[in-house]
Amino acid sequence: MSDAQTLPGVLLQNAKTRGDKPAMREKELGIWHTYTWADYADEVRRFALGLKAIGFGEGDKLAVIGDNRPRLYWAQIAAQMLGGAAVPVYQDSIADELAFVLADADVSVIVAEDQEQVDKSLAIQEQLPSLKRIIYDDDRGLGDYDEEIILSFDAAQKMSDGGDAAGLDASVDALDPESIALMCYTSGTTGRPKGVMLSHANLLMAAHGFVSSEDVREGDDFIAYLPMAWVGDATYSFVASLVSGATCNCPESPETLQRDLRELGPTGFLAPPRVWETFLSDIKVKSEDLSGLKKWVFDIFNDAAISAGRKLDAGESLGAGDRLKLFLGEYLVYAPIRDQLGLRRARWCVTGGAPLGPDTFRFFRAIGVNLKQLYASTEVSGLCTFQEDSDASADTSGKPCKGVEVRIADSGEVQVKSAGVFKGYYKNEDATKEAFTEDGWFRTGDAGVIDSSGALTIIDRAKDVGKLENGSAFAPQFVENKLKYSAYISEAISFGHERPYVCAMVAIDFNTVGKWAERAALPYTNYMDLSQKPEIRQLIAEEVDQINRTLPEPLRVKRFLLLGKDFDADDAEITRTRKLRRSYIAEHYAGVINAFYGGEQQVDLRAEVTFEDGRKSHVDMRLAIQDAA
Amino acid sequence: MLDAGGVSGSDAILTVDHVAKSFGGVKAVTDVSLKVPRGSIFSIIGPNGAGKTSLVNMISGFYKADQGSIKFDGTELIGRRPNQIAALGIARTFQNIALFHGLTVLDNLMLGRHVRMKAGMLSCFLYWGAAQREEVEHRKRAEEIIDFLRITDLRRLTTGELAYGLQKRVELGRALALDPTLLLLDEPMAGMNQEEKEDMVRYVLDVNAEFGTTIVLIEHDMGVVMDISDHIVVLDQGQKIADGPPDVVKQDPAVIQAYLGASHLQD
Repeated sequence: MSDAQTLPGVLLQNAKTRGDKPAMREKELGIWHTYTWADYADEVRRFALGLKAIGFGEGDKLAVIGDNRPRLYWAQIAAQMLGGAAVPVYQDSIADELAFVLADADVSVIVAEDQEQVDKSLAIQEQLPSLKRIIYDDDRGLGDYDEEIILSFDAAQKMSDGGDAAGLDASVDALDPESIALMCYTSGTTGRPKGVMLSHANLLMAAHGFVSSEDVREGDDFIAYLPMAWVGDATYSFVASLVSGATCNCPESPETLQRDLRELGPTGFLAPPRVWETFLSDIKVKSEDLSGLKKWVFDIFNDAAISAGRKLDAGESLGAGDRLKLFLGEYLVYAPIRDQLGLRRARWCVTGGAPLGPDTFRFFRAIGVNLKQLYASTEVSGLCTFQEDSDASADTSGKPCKGVEVRIADSGEVQVKSAGVFKGYYKNEDATKEAFTEDGWFRTGDAGVIDSSGALTIIDRAKDVGKLENGSAFAPQFVENKLKYSAYISEAISFGHERPYVCAMVAIDFNTVGKWAERAALPYTNYMDLSQKPEIRQLIAEEVDQINRTLPEPLRVKRFLLLGKDFDADDAEITRTRKLRRSYIAEHYAGVINAFYGGEQQVDLRAEVTFEDGRKSHVDMRLAIQDAA
Repeated sequence: MLDAGGVSGSDAILTVDHVAKSFGGVKAVTDVSLKVPRGSIFSIIGPNGAGKTSLVNMISGFYKADQGSIKFDGTELIGRRPNQIAALGIARTFQNIALFHGLTVLDNLMLGRHVRMKAGMLSCFLYWGAAQREEVEHRKRAEEIIDFLRITDLRRLTTGELAYGLQKRVELGRALALDPTLLLLDEPMAGMNQEEKEDMVRYVLDVNAEFGTTIVLIEHDMGVVMDISDHIVVLDQGQKIADGPPDVVKQDPAVIQAYLGASHLQD
């Protein structure tokens, strides 16, 4: 483990101590290419000197936009080498969002992955007064661009030929560990995104905490596929690789992820609940297509896995029969599934960012995937609570990590103190002040409880918890999560604050519901058409009934409707990390809410659709409202 | 207007001179001459049965012309077999998809490079020495095309399980695998929806711009043809009735009467 105090410092140390070991791999043209730590440091030095020649220096900001590519990581650490900060941006941002973030961050250099991102950057350059250069990685299609502001990554590196590499290395020792290394923009569930300033010390603390608890070491493999703008990718791929010497592997493209995952077989895997749910529904869909004997075998061991998981969660011990089934299942079903998923070598798997359905969680644990939950936010550098192998459970988010203190305020809010807590929101002192208590604890804004073992459970966003008309507490996310645990439901939003009962808008999962319709020989054309079929309404109504039985009486969903389209970040209904923007939805779907409580049987809705280039259009739909039993 | 266009002889990559073809009593093509400028996108349009596909079949050697000459960079094509013509650097796609549906996308592309492969049967069988080096080199090119057409996620899928629009794209890839200097596209956008069409147009333009490949395009979609062509030839009943840049062809009264109909030209 490394003792340098800044990210570039750790990199240079790695280049010395393990220079010939693989640091990064990138799949290109169907082949994995390896970069050693020495290559990595060399590429970063050359790019840093190029940046210097452009006039990039201390306190400047460099944005990266694109999928996970080694060069985009190199660019970030090169900026840090010069005392600047990196600002990773969501690659699917529409022009407006991009312009806001890049202008707010005072970005002077943009490193764009390809033509698409260069085009987006060029389109908004006039809104970015401090922008000096747009540097691109992949030159495909950019041959005849003659804008002076754009420059290829190679050309930027060549500018440095004959530059003072030794002097650069020496300057790294002088970097302040408390200076800002990374600015991640919050997803902005309310209002505009805010730039979370994280220092070298913040990030190293978080990565060290994780690496030591999971014993991540040289020779381990991560797959770097999460959006670079998410703190999870920074802490758990980029910085964790630096501090542990593990290899960071960049898949060929988001579409090939599953195949690349299997080819690589990473030793650890971090994924949001969405990915785990997709894995599970893929397994289920494939198992439906199995023939007689195979299906019979799968069903037996699938049931065995789930029931064993439930027993363990409830604190019961397993009988001899359960053990025998699990033993046989390991050879017949579980190990082959792990292998197909690419998780055969994974010592740890983590879910975080949102709650994962307990049955999904139990399924993966039961088939031998060491899946654990964590709770964190961007403001705490992505590390707060984490489950140890011994206390993995579907219901909690684990205990505070080493060096992290967590307390529950009288209001029910979760508050955190650690060396990973951020330096403040960029150029937003009011928000920074609001984010801390008087005695210096970070206010997460989440409501939660800590149980007798010290494990934290998150209930909802504190400010979202409201009251029904009859006075009983209403936690919308609690209801929505229950709904989303259904394989047929992709998104849901519930209403009930100061209302007589709970209503919900539900977006069906096109994939699983589509499959269901196929099996039921139900023809459909598109999402809109499928969602409004009476048979599908009936299907979801049955799901809602089931879910209602697990909800306390006042929180049961009385009325719901199926949306004609899924929520989309381009339409500003959810954030890029798929968190609901409640006030926006409440405003735009006001007609639906009135119809719910006005007792109407259907509602006409005009939904706005935003294309990726920012053009807008609208769709008119008539949606039927369903009463739950 | 009816001579061999406004192209000077030196920068024409393909010269078709007084070519005719008949099947029994049916004259598919009668006395057509044209010159395809090097590096251009050159479209051949006309109503059904105008002789467009017959002309392309003669260029690629599937039909033998009854008379006239077809010269590719000065080499006479009439009398050569399709595989010989392919080896000269002329690739084509077909109106009906011509892929091996049981093979993967990658294998279809590798097959497209077949005429470029030299290793003998024995060394291929042993996968040793030159055969191995050759395979690696060809695989690299195939992967470049896969990347170019953005089908990386499909490379291991068999083409039979792909959607129609994607099969068309793979077929373009199979033709590109030959590293052609002249690419004949026979209705590449037929039967596609708007989105697939836009994608395909993008790729045709990219092939032309990135690789400098000359493209001869047969297409029914008038919007596409007028938008992307440098030069258009109009055939009707086996004869050439117009020849020139899109703006000129659009105005030609013979074309309007024979094919386009007035309503096409209002916008």
